[in-house]
Amino acid sequence: MTRWVLAAGLAFLWAPILLMAVFAFSDARQPFVWGGFSWRWFAALAENERLLGAAGLSLLLAAGAATLASLAGGAIGWVLARHGAFRGRALFAILAAAPLVLPEVVTGLALLLLFVALQRLTGWPEGRGVMTLLLAHAALGAGYVAVVVQGRLAGMGLALEEAAADLGASPAMVFRSVTLPLLAPSLVAGWGLAFLLSFDDVVLAGFTGGPGATTLPLLLFSQLRMGPTPEAHALAVVWLVVAGLGLSLWGWLGQRR
Amino acid sequence: MIRAAAVAWLILLVAAPLLVVFAIAFAIPDPGLPPFRLPIENGRWVAGNEAWRVLTGDGFYLTALGRSLVVSGGTAAICLGLAYPMALGILRAAPRWRPMLLALVVLPMSAGFVLRMAAWMGLLRDSGPINRALLALGLTDAPVWLLYSDAGLMLGMVHSYLPFALLPLLAALAARDRAPEEASADLGAGPWTVFRTVTLPASAGAAVAAALLVFIPAAGEFVIPEILGSPGSLLVGRAIWQEFSVTRDWPLAAAASTALLAVLLPPLLWWQRLR
Repeated sequence: MTRWVLAAGLAFLWAPILLMAVFAFSDARQPFVWGGFSWRWFAALAENERLLGAAGLSLLLAAGAATLASLAGGAIGWVLARHGAFRGRALFAILAAAPLVLPEVVTGLALLLLFVALQRLTGWPEGRGVMTLLLAHAALGAGYVAVVVQGRLAGMGLALEEAAADLGASPAMVFRSVTLPLLAPSLVAGWGLAFLLSFDDVVLAGFTGGPGATTLPLLLFSQLRMGPTPEAHALAVVWLVVAGLGLSLWGWLGQRR
Repeated sequence: MIRAAAVAWLILLVAAPLLVVFAIAFAIPDPGLPPFRLPIENGRWVAGNEAWRVLTGDGFYLTALGRSLVVSGGTAAICLGLAYPMALGILRAAPRWRPMLLALVVLPMSAGFVLRMAAWMGLLRDSGPINRALLALGLTDAPVWLLYSDAGLMLGMVHSYLPFALLPLLAALAARDRAPEEASADLGAGPWTVFRTVTLPASAGAAVAAALLVFIPAAGEFVIPEILGSPGSLLVGRAIWQEFSVTRDWPLAAAASTALLAVLLPPLLWWQRLR
């Protein structure tokens, strides 16, 4: 029985995506109508400078936000796993996990109002834009990185680090030559997760992005209100191929390790 | 020092924003920029309770909040109902298939959220493949109203949130002890009895946590109803967005967010405890 539900569930997850991918190669202007094989939507995509510009901005933003999120989330995960009991730990844990579950509308509005209040009090940030969006995405991503890093630290125990210290390594050396290499895979995974979250986000971008920071999902969302376009389907194919290659590379690296 | 940095980050980017929302909920709407002013005049607090009066006054926001909880509760229940058998199915598959099956669950998530919604839009349209198939099979005479309906909304919600229920449940079920299940099967229990009397009670905590991980964020969902739901359907996430961007009544948006947060606090703390 479970096998059949699994098959049906996977079909449900994949059917819209596969259909979209097939019809991206259709010549018809109407979505999901077959009008003969054509590359025309991919060609249109390559010439759509607004879309490409938004995609470029989204890639840079996601990379920056993921890097910042890895640093902050790594520190948060470290404190949760290694600092034992300290005053306010329960509250610390709740705040660390909040970005994972809070509705994005609440997070988005909250960060926007914070930025507005900060600007009033200190003059910074000057309006909304890429900078405020970067911080918003980093705040979201850090929650996910913290969970991944905390799980890894709790799983790997202290034995190897203690052994290195017993053999005379200084704390900095232990961290650099034992802890960090053991932690690296989860930091990379957390970075990837934070990257995807940022690259896929509509709501936080809508609240904290401002006019100068139209990301790819935001642009697609505003166009989608007018109805789906075959160009968007072509973009989905490109996106899926890149994601599939990334995941394969990930699996291959994981097997070699 | 690491702890100080982590605490500072969480205070600045998680705690402070939520406190600011609470404070702005008492501010007074103003046509300026930003579109509100603090309820302080000549150094005295002149309570701006306008937003709260609007919020509790007419039935609009209470209906929206109630409907949002019904939609997100339904989404969580359907996701959990699908995630259980799917997770067990993945774990029962031959070991060499498992990474492949896991990739099949994860990869749709990386296919772009807005683009997946675009696909559903095309599929559910009056002239889309689903309606064309129904018409061709003679199951209906006129296209069924799927796009911009509650059915379309639920399809999109389950499609987006299913992996969030599936992945934690999969992790919990993978780590479980199989011996009690084998023992109960050896003693003659059928597969359904084994699931109901052994697997389900042992994993109930993880299942509730997985359902809450869908329920809590879905309660504020705004993009999926905007693209697939019916234009008139009242949901609190949509109302907050509209007060923010269209009506520009930021204190009201903040008050509605605070109310949503207050309703979600018990499930949030429950999830935190189960985790």
